[in-house]
This record gives sequence, structure tokens and C-alpha cells, in this order.
Amino acid sequence: MAQFVLRVNGRDHQVDGDPGDSLLSVLRYELGLTGSKFGCGEGFCGACTVLIDDQAARACVARLGAVANKPITTIEAIADGDRLHPVQAAFLETEAFQCGYCTPGMVMATIGLLKTTPNPSAADIARLLDRNVCRCGTYARIVSAITLAASKSRANS
Amino acid sequence: MRDTDDREPERYELSEPRRYVFELADIDRRGFLRVLTAMGGGLLVVAALPASAEQESGRGQRGGGSAPTGDLASWLHIDEHGRVTAYTGKVEIGQNIRTSLAQTIGDELRVPLSAIALIMADTDLTPFDQGTFGSRTTPTMAPVLARAAAAAREILIDRAAARWQADRATLQARDGTVVSSAGQSIPYGDLARGQTLAGVVAANVLETPRDRWTLRGTASPKVNGREFVTGRHAYTPDVGRPNMAIGRVVRPVAFGATPTSVRDERARAIPGVTVVHDGAFIGVVAPNERVAKQAAAAVDVQWDVPTGQSSSETIFDDLKKASASNARGGGAGSHVVGDVGQARAQAARTFAASYRIPYIAHVPLEPRAAVAEWEGGRVTVWTGTQRPFGVRTEVAEAFHLAEDRVRVIVPDMGSAYGGKHTGEHAIEAARLAKAAGRPVKLVYTRAEEFSWGYFRPAGVIEVNAGVDAKGRLTFWEFDNWNSGTAGLPTPYVVPNQRVVFHSVDSPLRQGSYRGLAATANHYVREMHMDAVARAVAIDAVQFRLAHIEDPRLRAVLTTAAARSGWPHPSRPGCALGIACGTEKGSYVATAAEVSNQPSGLRVERLVVVFEAGAIVNPDGLKNQTEGAVIQGLGGALFETIEFADGRILNGTMAQYRVPRFKDVPPVEVVLIDRKDLPSAGAGETPIVCVAPAIGSAARAFGRVAPRLPIALES
Repeated sequence: MAQFVLRVNGRDHQVDGDPGDSLLSVLRYELGLTGSKFGCGEGFCGACTVLIDDQAARACVARLGAVANKPITTIEAIADGDRLHPVQAAFLETEAFQCGYCTPGMVMATIGLLKTTPNPSAADIARLLDRNVCRCGTYARIVSAITLAASKSRANS
Repeated sequence: MRDTDDREPERYELSEPRRYVFELADIDRRGFLRVLTAMGGGLLVVAALPASAEQESGRGQRGGGSAPTGDLASWLHIDEHGRVTAYTGKVEIGQNIRTSLAQTIGDELRVPLSAIALIMADTDLTPFDQGTFGSRTTPTMAPVLARAAAAAREILIDRAAARWQADRATLQARDGTVVSSAGQSIPYGDLARGQTLAGVVAANVLETPRDRWTLRGTASPKVNGREFVTGRHAYTPDVGRPNMAIGRVVRPVAFGATPTSVRDERARAIPGVTVVHDGAFIGVVAPNERVAKQAAAAVDVQWDVPTGQSSSETIFDDLKKASASNARGGGAGSHVVGDVGQARAQAARTFAASYRIPYIAHVPLEPRAAVAEWEGGRVTVWTGTQRPFGVRTEVAEAFHLAEDRVRVIVPDMGSAYGGKHTGEHAIEAARLAKAAGRPVKLVYTRAEEFSWGYFRPAGVIEVNAGVDAKGRLTFWEFDNWNSGTAGLPTPYVVPNQRVVFHSVDSPLRQGSYRGLAATANHYVREMHMDAVARAVAIDAVQFRLAHIEDPRLRAVLTTAAARSGWPHPSRPGCALGIACGTEKGSYVATAAEVSNQPSGLRVERLVVVFEAGAIVNPDGLKNQTEGAVIQGLGGALFETIEFADGRILNGTMAQYRVPRFKDVPPVEVVLIDRKDLPSAGAGETPIVCVAPAIGSAARAFGRVAPRLPIALES
């Protein structure tokens, strides 16, 4: 056991744990941030996607020892109060979900994707979001949501 | 045959005895008072579809009437602020009924969606419900809520008429108020204030005709969509309780394995850890997830593993062998008309085939999970299940409790697709919580979800058909081992038929799956229709139309043919396939455009024409249709459970391939809205024709192996 500093959503948290502890477990159980979902624990479904150092990453396979002191952003911190992040708004507008369990991860993965690929094609999305699963099969809507969010951010920049 | 068809024939748990006798009146009376008192008075309307009406509509329960009656009850409450709360035992799984039922209520009660809240699937608060499955909420629960809302509306008009001493005919309900032609207006809340009004829905309650729907029939967005995009919605794995600990079950190393020795000293030595060893159940409770994992690993168990278990290689032979010694074989599902033997002898040509259908997994993104909390001999369990009241019974029986000592609450779920009918996870969490003396959360790992849930049944389907010299079907033989009876009867007009379901004890635990066996049965039937059409050189659409009388089935098929450009693919190198069918009272036809790439078959485009009677929410229905089709792609093209020696061999997300972004072709959904017909079940049916549309298209590139997933024979 050792002590780590986790920098989550702009706040520092002292966390006791092992270097090998899953970031997702710490977020959900130690910090009470349950917006990032547990889906597979293998990094293969994307329900737990967060931003680490501004890049989309799977929290379930990210290890405490490796992410300590790095800026981490979760779904809880991307809206501006009651004002949704443009990506959240785009998902809502296109109703790009059914059960919604993959949605926080999809939103975070999209934010990460748009940082590197501001104008993604459907092929870009398929490649870059290959590790995000929507088991309800709303992929076409998610592509529409991402395209909508991308066009809105371009219009605003 | 359809008349005797069970509402959910493959439901795994149906084979287990149902013990309780349910008295609707008692429950309602208690519920009435409790709800009204808790809500501080107001107006409460109770609605229930009489069991007899269910029977009359041909949807009764098969197997001796052991089902509880009154399973379609709901309550509707209006408080002094005009807020409307509906109580239903149905579960939201992502199929969007929290929104579509609110649309139904708002439409009848003449209130906006924002005034309506649904309390769903809480066994202490909602009326009994058999479960959320079989695409039955819209065709059966929505009418019950519609009647309750219409009754409430009429009661409110009565109250206003009495208050104003006005002629009732001059009053109407509008936007949460009763208004009179004389210009008076009173909000519902004012009419309910200070009252304790209770009403039971009259038989002659006036429902709004479908052609005068206003909220229903519109694409209302999900009422709580914001909760999902913000991550705020708490699914079962997100539920937290004060002083809650984390549980983990020590699983057998193989199916059927029994512990021969259990040494738990090392686990017990870990601070804060409780070990439970109760019969075959071994589990641990720890303060957090890491320690729970360590403690589970520290329990040293020797297992006795049964040998000679079935495998994904031997399963198809095993199913047929098991059937031969199974007295139930050929039982409930049999359907014989005409004289197949004679027709077979006289046929100009006959065509036989044998297909293999593997077990596949639901892979709900939210795994099985439960949070259990004991207090004063009562246990409350938050859990993901499609059968909250069934799970209440399971928990009560497991702990020898009266059912009123168990409360099951189902937070809106991270999907299920038929895979969450049972309550083993709830019982496990409750057992651990009881031992630990504190609330316990249990969340299945993905590997546990794969191995210790249940599967879509594997099956063997043999088909034999004959035609006369003009290419008309003269007989149809269809034998299904273990897949199930949904979609088993052919919708085609064939004078001589022998259709048989052979019930088999499955080596793997199996149960419901979206569309049940209709996917397997449609796959084989439509592939065979295509094969026969090709053999007799008749266009596959014309061949089908020559054997279809049902105008609804003809409509979806001809529309799919027209929209897909049948028989010509839209680009060179592609081939078109088509299939049609009916299930849950709705109708679907699917056309698939497929290419043959070096990497294998690729679906380039799908056209899906779907008709489910009157549409309640067009966007919700489109979303469900798209989703069913995408889910169908997995079973059509790559999903299969591999197993041997009592172990699942591909039980991880990395190994078990589900559809991802790269697998999704353009899908054109055409919805036919029939406001002249009642709404039918819709969430499952669009899955059933995906595989045969793709499979028949693939025949342009070579011989298609008679099995799922679809592949060309090398």
C-alpha cells in the first residue's frame, strides 16, 4: 500500500492503494464518481472512458501508479453547470443511445477523438472508436452525434 | 398453432415451478391505501386488464394456467399540484417505455410529459407484473395505462361538473385543466386537493381513438435523456448504501463442478474480510474491490469436475441424441396439417437441409449486479432484472422468507435483451450481506457474466419441402431441436405441413434472447424458401408472394423489394438477398446487399421495412429497429459461444466479437404506420430477418454453409 495523488476534475485527492489498482475502481468506489461505467474490465468496451492528459483512455485498465499526478477528466466534469458540453448536447439531440450505459464512455471517447481529429469521417470514427461498444446498436446515431458535435465546434472556433 | 403459442416459450425459468397464488384484490387494496396515504391524498385510479381478456386475445399462458392473474395492473395518481405519477411493474431496459408509456398517459389525460413521472419495477410500490419481455409492454401495458388515464380524466371532469353544477357535456379536459364552454377553468390539482378519491377503471371507459392521438404518434425525446449523457443515472452497479461492502463469489472452475475441500484460513486472516461457505455457495465480503479480489483468490478450493461434458464441436449431435431419449420430444410445438407423407411421395421435386444454430451471449453492457441490504428481517435488493417480482420470489424462497419481507427495486437497466430474467445475483448479494451484517454490492465481472448467465439456445433445425411441377409448395416439414418455438410456424400457405419442436435438456444454461427462436427459425425457413425458389428458377420475391395470403406480410415484402431495388444490387460486385416474416404480431422484411471481400462477406447496405400497427413513438421505434438489426448482424456474421469441458472458451469482450462501429452498414428503416390497427410488439421482431437476408445474398458468391454464423463453404 502506498499513497497517491489523483488529480481528478481539477481537484487533488489523496488515495491509499496499490500501484496496480484500477483507476476505474478508485474513481467509482473511493471518489464516488460512478458516471464512468464498468463494462468489461479489459479495456475492450469503452464504457469507462475518461480523459488522462487530455487523451481518451480506458479507466478500467489504467493503473493507479501510472496515472497519479496526471490530469484526469471524467463525465461528471465536462458540463458547465447545467449547460451541457457540446458533445453531450449532440448525443441528446440525436438520441444516440437506448439504455445509455455506454453513453458516458462514448461522450468521453468523442471528446478525445475530436481533440485529435476535429473533422472525422465515418471511417475515422469506426477506426478510432473501435474499442467503444454500444450493445444496443445505436452506432449510426452516434456517428451522427459526433458529426453534429464536430460541425458545431468548428462553427464556434 | 399460433393460438396455443406461449407468450414466451423459451423462457428458461418457465420450466421451474411457480408456487405462489396471487390475489389481485388484496394487493390492490393494500396498495391503494398505502399509495394514497403516502401521497397525501389526491386521486388514485387502479386499472387492470382482466385475465379473461388476455385469454380471449389468444395470448394466454400455456401449461395449465399456473400463472398469476391480473399481471397487467397499474395505478395512476394525481396529487394536489396536478402531478401525475403512474405505477407499473414494468422495467426500463433501454427500450424506451418510460417515455412511450408517459406519452400514452399524457395523451389520454391531456397533460404534458413534464407533468408525468413513472414509478417502475419496485415490488413495494408497484403492482405485480409478470415481467418485461416478449415485446409486450406496448401492446398490453400501454392500453392498461391508457384506460387508467382516460378514467382519471373522466373522473376529473365529473368533479368539475359537480363543483360548477354544470352540464358535463359542456366540459372538456385540456392541458392539465378542466375547462367549460362558459369559460371556466380549473387545474387538475385543485380538483384533487384535499380529496381521497379512488376509482377503479370502468369497463366502458372512453379511450381516445388512434386517429386522434396527439402525444402518441410523435417522436418525443427520451424523458430522462439528460441523465444518460451526463452519467448521472445510477444503474445498479452505481447504487451506494451507507457502510456498504463489496462482495465476490468464488466460482466453480467448470460447469457442474462441486467443491471437495474448501480452505479459507488465508482469506479469513485478511482484515475486514468475511468468508461465506454455505453448501455449494462460496463467497467473500471485503471493504473494497481490491481486497475482495484478493480474498476470493485466497480461498483454496479443490473441485470435482464432471467429465464427458458437451462442447461446441459435439453440441449438435448431442442435442439430437438427447432428444431421442427425451419423452417431451415432439410435444407442445407440434403442428400437423394435411398428409405430408403422401405429398412427399407425389412431389415433383423435394429439397432437404439441416442447419446448426450455436449458443450466443447477450452481452448486456451492464453486467449482472445487485446491492442487498438487510434490516429487521427484511431484505431490500437493488438489481438488474426483467422480472422484479419473479426475483422477489426467488430471494424469498432462498431465505425461507415471506414475500413481503423482500423488496426488489430495479433501477433503469443497462440493457438485457432477454438475458436478465433470473435473480441469482440478487440471491448471492443477499447471502453475502446477511453474513457480513452490512449492505453488499456484487457486480459480475465480464467473465462471470459470460459463464454464469445464460445463453440463446443452440439448436439443430431440419427442413424438407416439396413442389409440384409448377413450382408451388406442396409440403413443408420443419424439425427444431432445442432452439425454441417462437417463429416456428411458417406464414406461407402450404397444404401439407409437419412442424415439430423437440424439447431437449440443454448442456449449457439457456434462456430468452431478443426475438427468441424466431431468429433461428426465420433463418432456416427463409434460407430454404430462397433455396427452393432458386432451384425452380422463380424470383425469390415472386415465389414468396405466391405463397402469402396475409396482406400485412405482403405489404412489408413488396415494400422492401421496391426500396432495395430488388432484384438489382445498387453496385457491381454486390448481391441482394431478401427475407420476410412475422413475430409478436408485427411484420418485417429485410433486404441485404452483400459483397465478397478477401476478408470475407461484407454487408454493404440493409433495407428494413417494419410494420407494428399504430406507432406510439416513431423515433423510438426507429431506434429500436436499427438496434435490433445491428444486434442481428452479430449473430448472423460472427457470434458463437465456444465451450468444452464445462468451460466457456471465448468468454471475454476481446474474444467474443459483438458488432462495433466498423461492422455497421447503412441501414434504411422504413416504418409503416397503421393507425387502423392496435400497436403490436416491436422491440424484437426486426432482428429476425437480418441473417436470412444476408445469407441468401451470399449465395451469389458460392455455397453457404447451413449454419449460423453465415459463411461460404470453402
